[in-house]
Amino acid sequence: MKPLLNVFSKESIIIIICAALVLFVFSLFGAAFGFRMLAEIACFSIIALGLSIQWGYAGLFNAGIMGFIAIAAFTSMLVSFPVNEDFRQSIYATEIIWVFVKLVMGIVIIWGINRLPFLQTRVALRRLLLLVAIAVTYLIFMQNLEPVASGIEKEAGFIGGFGLPVWMGWIAGGIVAGILAWFVGHICLGLRSDYLAIATLGIAEIIKAVLKNADWLTRGTLTVSPLPWPVSTPGEIGFIASRALYLTITVIMIGFILWLLQRAYNAPWGRMIRAIRDNELSSAAMGKDVNARRLEVFIFGAVLMGVGGAALVTFNSIFDPSGFLPLHHTFLIWVMVILGGAGNNMGTILGTMIVYIVWVMSEPATLLIFEAVKYLGVEWFNWQVPNDFDSRALQMRVFLIGMTITLVLRYAPQGLLPEKIREN
Amino acid sequence: MNEFIFFFNKVIVSGAAIGSVYAMGAIGVTLIFGILRFAHFAHGDMMTLGAFFAFGLTVMFPQAGQLFGLPTGFIMLPFAMVLTALVAVLLDRTFYEPLRRNKINPVGMVMASIGVTLMLQGLIRLFGGIEARHFFFAERKDIFRLALPFESASRKIVITEPQILLFVFTLLAVLAIHFILNRTKFGKAMRAVSDNVDLARVSGINIQKVTVITWMIAGSLAAAAGVLLSLDVSLKPDLSFNLLLPIFAAAIVGGVGHPYGAIVGGYVVGFAETLSIFNWAVFLRPFRESLPDWYELPSKLALVPTEYKITVPFFILVVILIWRPTGIFKGKVI
Repeated sequence: MKPLLNVFSKESIIIIICAALVLFVFSLFGAAFGFRMLAEIACFSIIALGLSIQWGYAGLFNAGIMGFIAIAAFTSMLVSFPVNEDFRQSIYATEIIWVFVKLVMGIVIIWGINRLPFLQTRVALRRLLLLVAIAVTYLIFMQNLEPVASGIEKEAGFIGGFGLPVWMGWIAGGIVAGILAWFVGHICLGLRSDYLAIATLGIAEIIKAVLKNADWLTRGTLTVSPLPWPVSTPGEIGFIASRALYLTITVIMIGFILWLLQRAYNAPWGRMIRAIRDNELSSAAMGKDVNARRLEVFIFGAVLMGVGGAALVTFNSIFDPSGFLPLHHTFLIWVMVILGGAGNNMGTILGTMIVYIVWVMSEPATLLIFEAVKYLGVEWFNWQVPNDFDSRALQMRVFLIGMTITLVLRYAPQGLLPEKIREN
Repeated sequence: MNEFIFFFNKVIVSGAAIGSVYAMGAIGVTLIFGILRFAHFAHGDMMTLGAFFAFGLTVMFPQAGQLFGLPTGFIMLPFAMVLTALVAVLLDRTFYEPLRRNKINPVGMVMASIGVTLMLQGLIRLFGGIEARHFFFAERKDIFRLALPFESASRKIVITEPQILLFVFTLLAVLAIHFILNRTKFGKAMRAVSDNVDLARVSGINIQKVTVITWMIAGSLAAAAGVLLSLDVSLKPDLSFNLLLPIFAAAIVGGVGHPYGAIVGGYVVGFAETLSIFNWAVFLRPFRESLPDWYELPSKLALVPTEYKITVPFFILVVILIWRPTGIFKGKVI
C-alpha cells in the first residue's frame, strides 16, 4: 500500500473513489437518475460548506440545520411561486398586510422601550415594560391573525407566492436564514457550545411545527408543487437535459462559493477566526472580539445553508413541511462534514459525494438484506413477519448514521481529508 | 365552579404529571451535565428505551399486575430501570469513555451523544416499530372521578391511576436522590466531582466509580420517566427530540448541575406548557351577559395553539439564557 500512497496523494485516491462511485451509479441506474443524484449532491455540498465553516472554522455546533433549510426553502417558495389570483382578489390580501403592519409597529415599540434613555438605569422597570409590551404585541397579533388566516384558508387555499424569478427566491432564502442565525447566535454565542446545540435543535423543531401547521402560509400537509425551476423543466426538454442544466447552475454556485471561502480563509479575517477557534483566551487577550467574529461565521454559514437548502427543495420541486427530517437534513450533513474533514473545503465536497451516494444506495441495499433475513427467518424458524417490516428495515439506516458519527469521532476525528495547516 | 374544576383537571393535574416526567429526566441530564460536563442528547431515547423494556416485559407476563392489583407496566418498572441503567453504563463504556480518554473537547462529546441517540432510535424502531402502543391492552386503566361537595360543582375531578402512581413515584425518587446526595459517601463524592474534578481526583475519589453511579441514577430515572409517561399516555417511539427540549429547558431553568433546581425546572416547564395551551375562554363564558357588546367572545383563547406546544419550553429557554444563564438556583454556566 505504501508505494501506491506515495504515487497518489490521499486526495487523488479519494477523488478516484468518488468518480468510480458516480460511474457505477450512472451505469447501473441510467443518466437521468445519475444527474438527479449529482444535482442533489451539489445542493447538499453548498449546505455542507455552510456547516464546514461553522464547525470547522469556528467550532460552532449547529444541531438544527433542518430549521435553516426549511425556512430558506419556505422563503424561496414564497418569493418564486406564481401569484395566487384567488388570494390577490380577496379582501384578505390587504388585511394580512394590516396584521403585519400592526406586528411591525409592536416590534418598533418594543425596540423603543429597550432603547429609551431614562430606562437605561432602571433595569427592573425596563424588563417589566418589555415583558408587557411583548405580551401585548403577541396577543394582538395572534387575535388579528386568527380570523384572517382561516379566511384565507377557506377562500383561497393559501397565499401563494410573489411570482419573482427563482434566483431571487434563493437569495431571499439565504438572507432569511442569516437573520434567523443572527437571532440564535445573539442569544447563545456568549455561552458554551452546548447551549447553541440545544437552541438550534429547538428552533429547527419549532420552524417545522409552524410550517406544518400554518396552512394559510404553506398549505401544510397538502404541500406546494410544482415549484418553478430556474432552468427549463423536465416537461419541456426532458429529464437528462434539464437536470444537467440544473447541475451546471449549482456547480457554478459552488465554484463561486469556494472562491469566496478560499479568499476568506487566507485573509487576515480567516486567520483571526482560526486563532479564536484554536485558542480563545489568547485571541481575546490580543483584543479580538471573539463573540462578534463567531456571530459573523455563524451567520455566514447559515446563509450558505439557506441557499443550498432552497436549491435542494426547488430541485425536488415540492415544498412539503413534513418532509423535513432531522435525520436527513441535519445529521446526514453532519456525517458528510465530519467524515470529509471539517474546515477543508475539498474534503467537505468529497465527503458529501461519498456519503450521499452511499446513503442513496443504502436504501435498496438495506431492503435487499432484510428481504434475505425475512426469507431465512420464515424458512428456518417459521417466523411471523410484522406488517411494517420494510419501514422498520429502513430504520437500520438511522442506526448506521449514528454509528458512523461515533466511529468517526473516535477513530478519525479529523475526517478523511483534515484541514491543511500551513506552516510558515 | 365547574370552570375551576375544568382548570384543575386540564392544568394542575396534567401539568403536574408532565412536570414530574420532565423533572425526572432533568435530574439525570443535570447530573451528567455537572459530573461529565456535556449535554447528553441521548436522554430522550433512553426514556423510550426504558419504556420499551417495560413494554416487552408486560407483553411477556401480562398477568403480573393482577398479583399486586397494580398495572402490569408499573410492576415491570423496577426491571426496566435496572436494564436501562445497565445500558447507560454500557453506552458510557463503549462510546463516551474512549472519547474522554482521548481528551476530546466537550462539543465532541455532545456530538457523540447525538450519534448514540440515532443508534438507539434506529434500534428501537427496528425492533419496536414506529406506531404508538398502549400498555393497557389486557387490563383496564382505572380512572377516578372525584365529586366535590358543592352544589354548583357538577363536573368531577378526573385523575387516572397511572397519574397517581407517577406522583407517588416522583416523590419517592426525589427523596431517594436527596438521601443519596446528602447522606451517602457516593453522593458526597458526586458533589465533589461536580464542584472540581481535579481536586476530587487528588483527594482520592474514584472518578470511575462516580461516573458509573451517575449513569446508573440517570439511566434508571430516565427509564422510570419513560415508563410512567407511556403508562399515562401511550408509548410513542418518535418522542425523543420533543422530550429533549423541555428536559434541557428544565435543567437550565433550574441551574445546571443542580438536582433540586432540575425538579423545580421540570414543574415550571410542565405547568408553563399546560397553562399556555389552556383555553382561557372557559373562564369568560359565565360572564357572557355582562361583557360589552362589541367584544365577541372567541371560542378558543389560548396563549399558544396546541400544535405549537413545543415553542413553550423553547421560549422559557431563551428567556432564561438572556436574563439569567445560571438558572434560578445559580448553577454553573458551562
